[in-house]
Amino acid sequence: MSPPLPFPAESPRLDRRQFLETLGGLVLVASAAGIVKAEDARKYGADAMPHGVSDDPLTFISIGEDGIVTVVVHRSEMGQGVRTGLPLIIADELEADWSKVRVKQAPADEAKFGNQNTDGSRSVRHFVDPMRRCGAAARTMLEAAAAATWKVPVQSVRAVNHEVIHTESGRKLGYGALARAAAQLPVPPRESLKLKQPSQFRYIGKDGTPMLDGPDIAHGRAQYGIDVRVEGMLYAVIARSPVFGGKVARFDPAEALKIPGVVKVIEIPGTPIPSEFQPLNGVAVVAQDTWTAIKARQALKIEWNDGVHGSYDSTAYRAELEQAVRKPGTVAREVGDVDAAMAKAARKVQAEYYLPHIAHATMEPPNATARIVNGHCEVWAPTQAPQGTREDVAKRLGLPFEKVTVHVTLLGGGFGRKSKHDFAIEAALLSQQMGGRPVKVTWTREDDLHHDFFHTVSVEGLHAGLDAQGKPTAWLHRSAAPTIISTFAPDPKHEAPFELGMGVVNVPFQIPNMRMENPPAAAHTRIGWFRSVSNVPHAFAVQSFVAELAAASGRDHRDYLLDLIGPARRIDPGALQDSWNHDESPQRYPFDTGRLRRVIEIATREAGWGRKLPKGSGLGLAAHYSFVSYTAAVVEVQVGAQGEIVIPRVDIAFDCGPQVYPDRIRSQLEGAAIMGMSLAMLGEITFKKGRVEQDNFHAYPVTRLSEAPRDIRVHLVPTSDWSMPLGGVGEPGLPPIAPALCNAIFAATAKRIRRLPIGNQLASA
Amino acid sequence: MELTVNGTGMNVTATDDTPLLWALRDHLGLTGTKFGCGMALCGACTVHIDGEPARACVTPISAVAGKKIVTIEGVSATQQGKALQEAWIQMNVPQCGYCQSGQIMSAAALLAVNAKPDDSDIDGAMSGNICRCGTYPRIRAAIKRAAGQLEKKP
Repeated sequence: MSPPLPFPAESPRLDRRQFLETLGGLVLVASAAGIVKAEDARKYGADAMPHGVSDDPLTFISIGEDGIVTVVVHRSEMGQGVRTGLPLIIADELEADWSKVRVKQAPADEAKFGNQNTDGSRSVRHFVDPMRRCGAAARTMLEAAAAATWKVPVQSVRAVNHEVIHTESGRKLGYGALARAAAQLPVPPRESLKLKQPSQFRYIGKDGTPMLDGPDIAHGRAQYGIDVRVEGMLYAVIARSPVFGGKVARFDPAEALKIPGVVKVIEIPGTPIPSEFQPLNGVAVVAQDTWTAIKARQALKIEWNDGVHGSYDSTAYRAELEQAVRKPGTVAREVGDVDAAMAKAARKVQAEYYLPHIAHATMEPPNATARIVNGHCEVWAPTQAPQGTREDVAKRLGLPFEKVTVHVTLLGGGFGRKSKHDFAIEAALLSQQMGGRPVKVTWTREDDLHHDFFHTVSVEGLHAGLDAQGKPTAWLHRSAAPTIISTFAPDPKHEAPFELGMGVVNVPFQIPNMRMENPPAAAHTRIGWFRSVSNVPHAFAVQSFVAELAAASGRDHRDYLLDLIGPARRIDPGALQDSWNHDESPQRYPFDTGRLRRVIEIATREAGWGRKLPKGSGLGLAAHYSFVSYTAAVVEVQVGAQGEIVIPRVDIAFDCGPQVYPDRIRSQLEGAAIMGMSLAMLGEITFKKGRVEQDNFHAYPVTRLSEAPRDIRVHLVPTSDWSMPLGGVGEPGLPPIAPALCNAIFAATAKRIRRLPIGNQLASA
Repeated sequence: MELTVNGTGMNVTATDDTPLLWALRDHLGLTGTKFGCGMALCGACTVHIDGEPARACVTPISAVAGKKIVTIEGVSATQQGKALQEAWIQMNVPQCGYCQSGQIMSAAALLAVNAKPDDSDIDGAMSGNICRCGTYPRIRAAIKRAAGQLEKKP
């Protein structure tokens, strides 16, 4: 997810931009204001992102005289494999020998590299074509250089595995020998490039490419943000306002300053809400090492003014959201007449689903290092948003953009947390206060859990009217959750189109009467995107509810779900009132129900859907479309006599279109299964008096090895059709896991879980 | 205070209560050992002290004077460490990689006392190490692979 534009969200129906027609390749759109001129037509995909893409081979590729190819990676590595995935695309078109490929991380500079904002499952989806063109252009230049050296027509030479060969004579020249001459040649025009046929790929779509960072990680040499060491560096930790929007009333640093090794105590000013990615008000201790800073922070005496959110209580707030979904809300999509159909229904079913706040809890907590030399600020940060970090540091320090450099380190996990670079601004402010001396800010785990940009909390109210055969004739979904927009705009009360487009409105069920509503909900803490964002609560509710309807009708869940989806067809997302569609073109990326059906069929077949299981065991299914990819999961669960849950196996079928790096696609889905299990079973952040109640992993547990599924089977839907656009990978695996698990628990025990986390709810059964 | 880390004597000027983690990272520049929780809850800081796995974040340096400390930077000197690192690389175990130093150190301590661990042995030895990316199935498989490789060696 990128920082969403703080567009008004009061009325999604009015703000919706809807497709009318396509004329001469120009898309005309309608808005509340009427027809918008074609030149204002909305852009999609990479073109919709700030600074778009670059495909300049001289920016991304350098070749040494020793033949070593160095590929610049401009997206942040947080475990998704992008530092290997993008280079392998280039290496393939370049005909490079993988053993001679190295990687270099780009600093923040979107004008040069194209968009660097690493979220929304976009890196490979948006950069596969530019990276292919880069590789092909460099290959063409090497071939031209060889042809010129031999004074033969360029058509008579070809690049094969790090050499250019003159076919007739058998002469060969290695890339190292050609590099200097090739770099002097003009970059061939884009339209002249000859890309490989997919059948010629060496690395793309193939197994067996090891991660470039693997050896460094295994030997403890990999450099994360927290590992940065700069000559003369000091170490800081910060006591931040325990309540969002709270302020330091007064503080006494005297005891802290008495501790040997403490250098300075500095107040960091806050920013009024909505504070975007600015630091919270706090008091920093700067010391000679991290431990001294941590100890001295405990010795600070601080009085806080809690401000408007000092009474935030998550238990009371849950009741407030429940009340909200019991009343009508803003209509986001309406088909037919739901009220009339409900009145006529043979049977009505309703349920409410709750997902609490959750924290990202990246294993590397937020941290950053900064120094200022001669008016130039250098920042080292594990950031998902390099350019945003650079812009915000420059603004906050009052420096021109050019006077800030952001070095992007490896990220020890991101999941959306490190898209919000408050930690980098803190480091820059502290360095400024220390006369430019390098300062590293480290967040402790307690800081991380107390001051996250939390995943929203939600109540989803679902109602269906069924006919005598159990087929739904009416569907009403009320979704209430504080919006991410609250981080950017003053006190919005409604989910934005991009949130409702994550599984509230874009439900492809063939039900004649449907209404999706969004009752109001205010934010009382920092809300931010967490891996898969609003898809998580929405898929939990919708996919659980369908299983409830199947059970109420005495039907097999898979068959019931496939019937609801109906036949294979390609739906314009606009027809589902989804104006967002993950910012992708509705023509290139329609909602393809055939693909959704196929992943359901594959996951259930591979999992042995319908197989006989012992008492207390069950299979559960869920499927979801997100980040323009299709995922279905079948979870097998065993529930013990005391309600203890064991998950022996998970089958995930996944269709993201053409696959670049299958091993990292599988690893993302394996990880999503485990993270999904964490949030389903354990994850919950609660607030009392505005303060987070969880301090560390004992109170905010995450799934451990002994609890994780032993057997996660990933079934990738193969395609050789490279005319199909790519889907996202990092996020779409997560949303179906929690509902599939809860559906499996129902199959095993007849107990329906509607509130996450599951915790000990089964123990009381 | 003198610490023996990866076979080398090193001088640290820090207060006695300084956890070994911060002495390694801030004072000795051995940043392979990671900070994750500060309360021995996540295992990211796992090192070996006289061959036993220990959480460096709650081990004050005063407690390890005169003992042999091995970190991820030195564990390839042991046959278990080396075999595990190779298995980790071959099986593409890591995602973000941040917790993997601690995972490998816990696994090396396991293989040192149990050459052929079964699933419940692995559960017991590895459940103190959190991986938020969810690499557990590959960690389990890589430990078994390393154990198999070690068994083949004379």
